[in-house]
Amino acid sequence: MKITRNHILFVIDTDSVLNGAYSVMEEMRKEIENKGLSDEIKILETGNLGITGRGVTLVIYPEGTYYVNIQKNDVKRIVEEHLLKGRPVKDLILKREVLFKGATLERIGPGREQVRIVLANSGVIDPENIEEYIGRGGYEALEKVLTTTKSEDVIEEIKKSKLRGRGGAGFPTGLKWESARKSSGKEKYLICNADEGEPGTFKDRLILEGDPHKLIEGMIIAGYAIGTQKGYIYIRGEYALSIERFNKAIKDAKKYGLLGNNILDSGFSFDIEVKRGAGAYICGEETALIESLEGKRGVPRLKPPYPTVVGFFDKPTVVNNVETLANIAPIIKNGSDWFKKIGTETCPGTKVYTILGHVYFPGLLEVPMGTILKEIIFAYGGGIKNGKKFKAALIGGAAGVFLPENLLDAKMDFDNLKEYKAVLGSGAILVMNEDTDISDMLQSIIEFFNHESCGKCAPCRIGCKELLTTIKNIRKGKEGQESLTKMISLSEMMFSTSLCPLGQSLILPVKSAIENFRSDFEQKMI
Amino acid sequence: MTKEKIIKSFEKKPENLLLALHSLQENNVNHYLTKDDLMEISKYFSLPYSFVYGVASFYSMFSFKPRGKYIVRVCKSPPCHLMGASSIIDELKKVLRINFGETTKDNLFTLEFSSCLGVCGVAPAMMINEEVFGNLTPQRIRKIIEEKREEK
Repeated sequence: MKITRNHILFVIDTDSVLNGAYSVMEEMRKEIENKGLSDEIKILETGNLGITGRGVTLVIYPEGTYYVNIQKNDVKRIVEEHLLKGRPVKDLILKREVLFKGATLERIGPGREQVRIVLANSGVIDPENIEEYIGRGGYEALEKVLTTTKSEDVIEEIKKSKLRGRGGAGFPTGLKWESARKSSGKEKYLICNADEGEPGTFKDRLILEGDPHKLIEGMIIAGYAIGTQKGYIYIRGEYALSIERFNKAIKDAKKYGLLGNNILDSGFSFDIEVKRGAGAYICGEETALIESLEGKRGVPRLKPPYPTVVGFFDKPTVVNNVETLANIAPIIKNGSDWFKKIGTETCPGTKVYTILGHVYFPGLLEVPMGTILKEIIFAYGGGIKNGKKFKAALIGGAAGVFLPENLLDAKMDFDNLKEYKAVLGSGAILVMNEDTDISDMLQSIIEFFNHESCGKCAPCRIGCKELLTTIKNIRKGKEGQESLTKMISLSEMMFSTSLCPLGQSLILPVKSAIENFRSDFEQKMI
Repeated sequence: MTKEKIIKSFEKKPENLLLALHSLQENNVNHYLTKDDLMEISKYFSLPYSFVYGVASFYSMFSFKPRGKYIVRVCKSPPCHLMGASSIIDELKKVLRINFGETTKDNLFTLEFSSCLGVCGVAPAMMINEEVFGNLTPQRIRKIIEEKREEK
């Protein structure tokens, strides 16, 4: 069995490619092969780590050593010294004090300690190798469930863990499962929502591509708990690699008797089918997703009845987000008490965030629920790059809230954020510097919603168009103060009358942008 | 594979409609769905033609117009917008001399907008067929398009 000992992450971006990143990477590959290390060391390409102007940059994990300004003739030394003998090549390492005054990489950026449950294996194991997942304790939870636990007790354990849906709404997962289990009828379904379309969000893609078996294990356990033998995963059409990896993972799990008929000789059977989306943001909404899965236009249904009662082909159906299901196996394996020790009282566990925009280290992180927003932006994200000042953070995705600096002490979880009239949403945090015009950002958001509104209900279909016309006119200097009041009241009307969260949630960015950054709009008025 | 074979590779269940549409489109050199494709699908799944057309036209990944060899999809959602997507959009229009939704005369490039590509860490970003390009600048756009032109 192959175990990857080291991962070498090569930064591939404009800067590094111009400085010869590809030829250095090729040299590294050759050198590793020459030393017979190809099985143990894996080279991966990664995006910009926020370290710019320092030539070819690479990071060696698990140590987290950053090498900068690497030339072709440095490669041999790194391989011989660091990879063979375990001695980092000191003169090539990124000098910490260069990065920030008084800050080291342990405290700032991707080197800062995270609490990883969902992403524990991502970037550590080879996602295409089921044995590596098993080697790290994978499928133990499934075995425990199928051999010793009744399905009611699985639900009880998830209820006790207080796990809440990570798709955005934060509904208790255990209660959802129980509702579907208690619904009448034998035919039931589990659907994993991997239609990750919220702008600024790519956490589900990294779970699908980095640790697909964790998701499969979570899905089988969920299926067992709610009493179904059939699961679907609906993956965004654009995520070609995710679909390919997940299909391979399903095949491997079947080969090992972990999926399919009579799993681990327990008598329980479960199958997973992959379905592909085709580019519609609205399909992230659970009832629209169900419609799309049935082969129809992805328009939302009226709720209630909820999918747990009337779902896929009118049968009781549980729809869970990727991140939610990736939490299941760890909870079952370690127990709900372990899980509750992480995070806050009402929202235990961790949350995966994507931090983007004008920060030093854009990327992905997993930290306990309740982590302060300021810490995420300034410690994990490294603060604002190019010496600029912070202006705003849009949190929760496009359907999120613009927060100014004085509200950055927000504790990030489903309940605390309500005090800030904000939502956790998909976990996307878009940071903007002082040069950003919030009215321009709001127009971009409204354009997005206008394009993605499915057209089924009038408030959203007409409301989006009207909001877009108004913001364009404001920015052209054709409107006065009353237009801002109109935008807020229009989006309030959309909130109370739209059929689904798409139309309902525009109030969040519209109101917060206008209330917190009014001068950006007023500057353009007549 | 022939059209017939592709369609028949799917079980006759309405839930396979999207997958069948995807397969037919991918099989077409010009990356689009013809009227005939929709007809065949409607017959096979025993669904009205209007229903199949309604479904296909709902999703932005399906096209009813022939497209170029390279489909350039540019993300303009808020994170890419913040990082300068508009200068990328302008540059692409200039370099390819077409507007969004159009195809170059030599049938090489089609310019489209895309929803979030999920690579926001390297915004602004775009996709050419299945290949993702991040950290774009106008200069880089020129280079990428030039390279694709030479590849043909």
